Amino acid sequence: MSNRLLEIENLTTSFRIGDGYYAAVDNVSLTVNRNEVLGIVGESGSGKSALAFSIMRLHNRAKIEGKINLEDTDLVKASTNELNKLRGDSLSMIFQDPLTALNPLMEIGAQIGETLVLHRPQMSKKQRYDRVIELLNLVGIPRPEHVYQQYPHELSGGMRQRVVIAIAIANKPQLLIADEPTTALDVTIQAQILDLIHKLKEEMDAGIILITHDLGVVAEMADRVAVMYAGEIVEVAEVHTLFENPLHPYTRSLLNSVPTEGQDKLHVIQGIVPSLKNLPRTGCRFAARIPWIDESAHEENPVLHEVSPGHYVRCTCHSKFYFPEEGKEGEANGAS
Amino acid sequence: MWKFIVRRLLVTFPQIVLLSILVFVMAQFMPGDALTGQVDPNVSPEIKQQIRERLGLNNPWYVQYTDWIGGAVTGDFGQSFRFKMPVTDLIEQRIYNTFWLSLVTLIFMYIIAVPLGIISGRYNDTWLDQTITGYTYLGFATPLFIFALVMLWIFGYQFGWFPTSGSVAPGLSPGSWDYVWSKFQHLLLPALSMALIGTVSTVQYLRSEIVDTKQRDFIITARAKGASESRVYNRHILRNSVLPIAAFFGWEITGLISGTIFIERIFGYPGMGALFLESVLMRDYSVVTALVLLFGVAAILGALLSDIILSIVDPRIRIK
Repeated sequence: MSNRLLEIENLTTSFRIGDGYYAAVDNVSLTVNRNEVLGIVGESGSGKSALAFSIMRLHNRAKIEGKINLEDTDLVKASTNELNKLRGDSLSMIFQDPLTALNPLMEIGAQIGETLVLHRPQMSKKQRYDRVIELLNLVGIPRPEHVYQQYPHELSGGMRQRVVIAIAIANKPQLLIADEPTTALDVTIQAQILDLIHKLKEEMDAGIILITHDLGVVAEMADRVAVMYAGEIVEVAEVHTLFENPLHPYTRSLLNSVPTEGQDKLHVIQGIVPSLKNLPRTGCRFAARIPWIDESAHEENPVLHEVSPGHYVRCTCHSKFYFPEEGKEGEANGAS
Repeated sequence: MWKFIVRRLLVTFPQIVLLSILVFVMAQFMPGDALTGQVDPNVSPEIKQQIRERLGLNNPWYVQYTDWIGGAVTGDFGQSFRFKMPVTDLIEQRIYNTFWLSLVTLIFMYIIAVPLGIISGRYNDTWLDQTITGYTYLGFATPLFIFALVMLWIFGYQFGWFPTSGSVAPGLSPGSWDYVWSKFQHLLLPALSMALIGTVSTVQYLRSEIVDTKQRDFIITARAKGASESRVYNRHILRNSVLPIAAFFGWEITGLISGTIFIERIFGYPGMGALFLESVLMRDYSVVTALVLLFGVAAILGALLSDIILSIVDPRIRIK
């Protein structure tokens, strides 16, 4: 497959808590192709951002094991120098909170220009200025010549997010990681930013990892979706397959939690994502949150099963899963 | 920018007026007046009363204040009864000594604080950081006057590396290279003593700012751009971390004033601080009030300087 851009194999990222290491990303394998948007969904604390930061190698004190192959480079083995050459160039990231992601003491133009200085040192000042103005236009910022010399505090959240995006796409990255790019923005701005990312994907033929907990965003943007729970991938599928035929109890619970018309009571998933330290490392990690399902339904060491081409589900419990309000007869639905 | 400075100056002016009133009123409350001890004890109280009347000492305080401030504005602070000379001339002799001492101290303070703060903040929680932090705690805990005495004893008397009193060796003609060098030698030890103790708060500030800034989101953005570690520090972390240091700069001047008062006394250095202490002990009121006013004005101007510096380095507080 020459179309393959990123290949993650058995990636485990652990953080030190007290005197032990605890994995926030646990044995994750994923692929991203060119011109493809891979959505990663999950609750807060499920390890989505930890995964993104592992790919960028931005964790300070984490232990990373496994392989992250971006084309021919293994990012896990890459030296800091090699990483600095890649970061901001062929590998870049859009951050979650535009209000804190920009240096408060630097002009907007200089912040975008810095990526160009670092990766295109042969550019003249004039060329760089023109490219920054071009980028500001591209992300839809009005009066770019004026904004060029403004400071972050003079811009609104939506404008700042556009600047963050402009920084990320300045060198036409091959892999763009967008970590909840619209969470901090209001709905109308969200739509514009998503449009923008979509347009960029087409133009740059890039692979995009879109991290979000907003299923609406996933449905609109992603080609494939990976569902993460407690550091593990629990289901991977094409976006249509996932929405039409979700299998894992967690995926189904998530989808069931989206409010629909004429519904008087919202489905709530019981409990919370266990903290890193208290997470049981054996058995089905979601079992504790669906206690009405018999223990025998779970695998002892759940693995990903390919149920249909390109559709993977972890654990066997999905075949026995039903929502408590449906009663046992819902079981047939689940197995499909 | 200029608007900001002008506006800030306008606030400063009433501050100085208020300060001068306070200084004057406090001087009025002190026992005795210009005649106390100045006049032959055999002079009768009636004649003293007449002199008081003639000198305007019986006028209400605000009339006296106007007289005094009117003189002060034109540089006339009256006579020092101890030195029998105008206070202005007296201060003029000393003000340069104190100015140079303070300047050299400030330079030393930042020469020590900046590298130590950066190392301590960048490599926080390593043994290097712990050593530097240990030094700052010692600095916080040691009183300046004791430290200065120890320095004087060790480097002035035991090793004899530095002169132990005065501001210049006698017999040198002003303006010659030897004169300047001797001046510098004389202020080196007091300046170093003051800097070593005074710098510790700046080291701590810088350290905690760097530790704080290191974890901010825009630093991650910088790393994600592919910036090297040294670039991240030089371009992003440092500039954001020196903001409070810059803001603190004016206040350092205030701290220096109280520092020079002890230091000049201990090192027998003829500056304004030593003059102040002597004048207080000798009840030389006209000198004391003039010096308190000057110190106060220096402190207010220091604060002004802080604000101006901060407005230059931090775009967020510029008034457009």
